[in-house]
Amino acid sequence: MSININIQNLSKSFGETIALKEISLDIKPNELFGFIGPDGSGKTTLFRILTSLLLPDSGTATVDGLDAVTDYKKIRKLTGYMPGRFSLYSDLSVEENLNFYASIFNTSLEENYDLIKDIYSRIEPFKKRRVSALSGGMKQKLALSCALIHKPKLLILDEPTTGVDAVSRKEFWELLKNMQEKNITILVSTPYMDEASLCDRIALMQNGNMLAVNRPQQIIDQYERQLFEVKTENMHPLVSDLEKYNREALVYRFGEYVHVSTYNGDEREYVFALQGYLTGKGYDQVIIQKKIPVIEDCFLALMDKSQTL
Amino acid sequence: MRTIIFIIRKEFTQIFRDKLMVRIIFLIPIFQLLILAYAVTFEIKNVRFVTVDHDRSTLSGKLINKFNGSAFFQYYGNAENYEEAVQLLTRNKADQILMIEPDFGKKMNTEKRGKVQVVTNAINGNAASLMSAYATSIINDFNREIIVEQNPTGFSGFPIDIKPRFWYNPEMDYITFMVPGILVLLVTIIGMFLGGMNLVKEKEIGTIEQINVTPIKKFQFIAGKLIPFWIIANIDFAIGLVVAKFVFNIPIVGSLPLLFFVVSVYLVVILSFGLFISTVTNTIQQMMFITWFFVMVFILMSGLFTPIESMPQWAQIIDYFNPVAYFVKINRMIMLKGSGFFDIQKEFWILTAYGVVMLIFSTQRYRKTA
Repeated sequence: MSININIQNLSKSFGETIALKEISLDIKPNELFGFIGPDGSGKTTLFRILTSLLLPDSGTATVDGLDAVTDYKKIRKLTGYMPGRFSLYSDLSVEENLNFYASIFNTSLEENYDLIKDIYSRIEPFKKRRVSALSGGMKQKLALSCALIHKPKLLILDEPTTGVDAVSRKEFWELLKNMQEKNITILVSTPYMDEASLCDRIALMQNGNMLAVNRPQQIIDQYERQLFEVKTENMHPLVSDLEKYNREALVYRFGEYVHVSTYNGDEREYVFALQGYLTGKGYDQVIIQKKIPVIEDCFLALMDKSQTL
Repeated sequence: MRTIIFIIRKEFTQIFRDKLMVRIIFLIPIFQLLILAYAVTFEIKNVRFVTVDHDRSTLSGKLINKFNGSAFFQYYGNAENYEEAVQLLTRNKADQILMIEPDFGKKMNTEKRGKVQVVTNAINGNAASLMSAYATSIINDFNREIIVEQNPTGFSGFPIDIKPRFWYNPEMDYITFMVPGILVLLVTIIGMFLGGMNLVKEKEIGTIEQINVTPIKKFQFIAGKLIPFWIIANIDFAIGLVVAKFVFNIPIVGSLPLLFFVVSVYLVVILSFGLFISTVTNTIQQMMFITWFFVMVFILMSGLFTPIESMPQWAQIIDYFNPVAYFVKINRMIMLKGSGFFDIQKEFWILTAYGVVMLIFSTQRYRKTA
């Protein structure tokens, strides 16, 4: 049986800096739950509390009914944690690292080989190699193998895909999906918004607050505004001109387009008026299209809302 | 217990993988012993003395020759006057001035008394007192010769003839005195730095994060850091003893098992001291700096170079907390005097208590939570 997590009014500050502000959250058994947010939004702090590396200032967190502060010893046996910073011994070989972590959990590589086979088989040809000589993607797979070596029921991964190439990132998420099928509850944090849609549910985090917690699709469905993408010949002054045009709108660059997010009512009217304004400003080849928001748009809209509140 | 063995095995794999470190650990002690044993000495040789001979008689020449004939003195030359001689002292060309008054020889014959003056450069107080003692003894000797010469029959020698005999180190050999102390210095440096550095390195490069989420217990982790370096330092001590015995011919009078027993306890003290420092610091830099401070103070105050008895009262009180001082004392007692357990038990029990306290401190201070 996989495990659930219950977080109630959890707060943590470091001096003046508030890292977590009264967070409450329930994570269901066997969920693949994502924490999405920029650096400094409190993701790592939350993970460090759940893995008993940090004590909360107030509030409670329970893992499988075990209190993160008082029952930490039991939690450590249940949990596999992969810190954001690579934390294995770079002067030991792949095999030596795995065997070491297996042995301190009182198990062995052979015993749990099935669980990590998917991941480990990809780095097994290099098992005699020292970790310092591995590529980023291989290090990440080794770290995941080490976090799984004791058959944890809960896997906590702090920004596992940061600094990893696009192909390895995709591969990594596939591996996570496989892990989930083996009845493991997975918490993962990432600054990459595009990875959000791969999670069952996500929490959007900003400055120690949770802006929204929901299924990715529902977060998109709940987008309260209209979103347009704008493209012209001359992109440089476009953002500031669009901001001047509509001061309530949220204007930001998005790939080759500029996104304009507004509360404006009628779509056609808005597009027509904006087209006129931009042409009047001397822009050529103006393209304005209605756009279906992605998580990043939702995040920025929610962030904007929380700031104006 | 199994866990501790796994951690120790991991530490040894890491230590022996770093070839440079292995060389440092095993070669540095030998070099240290070879260099320091010869270099660290208070013996004064080749004292450069300059004379201001206003007399220039046979007698004054005889006195100068007597200085010249001694192994300690090296004759720089005669200065015209006192000012010139002082200038030589100032310019560090000479260490000592021997001034002989005008008509010294004549006065010795007629008045039976004459005056000489000895001026010593006392920048280094220790050296100065030795130099002036040497000079005084030569002049005394000279004195005696003259008395005998002038009264060949009437003088039958001084009533008390002092012939000192030095125990435990009959030839007053500095190497014999210093080597047991340098052995202490050697294991102290290894013990204080290596264990602590290893722990703080895990903090600095972040590997401790992964360790901290495992069910490893505090004492297992500390033991896993302490034991490998405890073994290494013991081996280093053994190598040092071999060098002491076969290179320097230091007599190891006392029992070897007792010596190793005490070293083992002493190593727990300093290893946990180093580990304690590393639990309260976060970077190797911080750890090294603080450890260096303690190592310096402990070693300079240990009685290795200067006797504790001649330190001021407050310094002697501080030395109650100096593990190195206890061990220097015990080590010299066992190696040179052949003291048994009974003779060293006071210092031994203090070290044991110190070790227990530091071990508890370092275990308690090591936090798995930040």
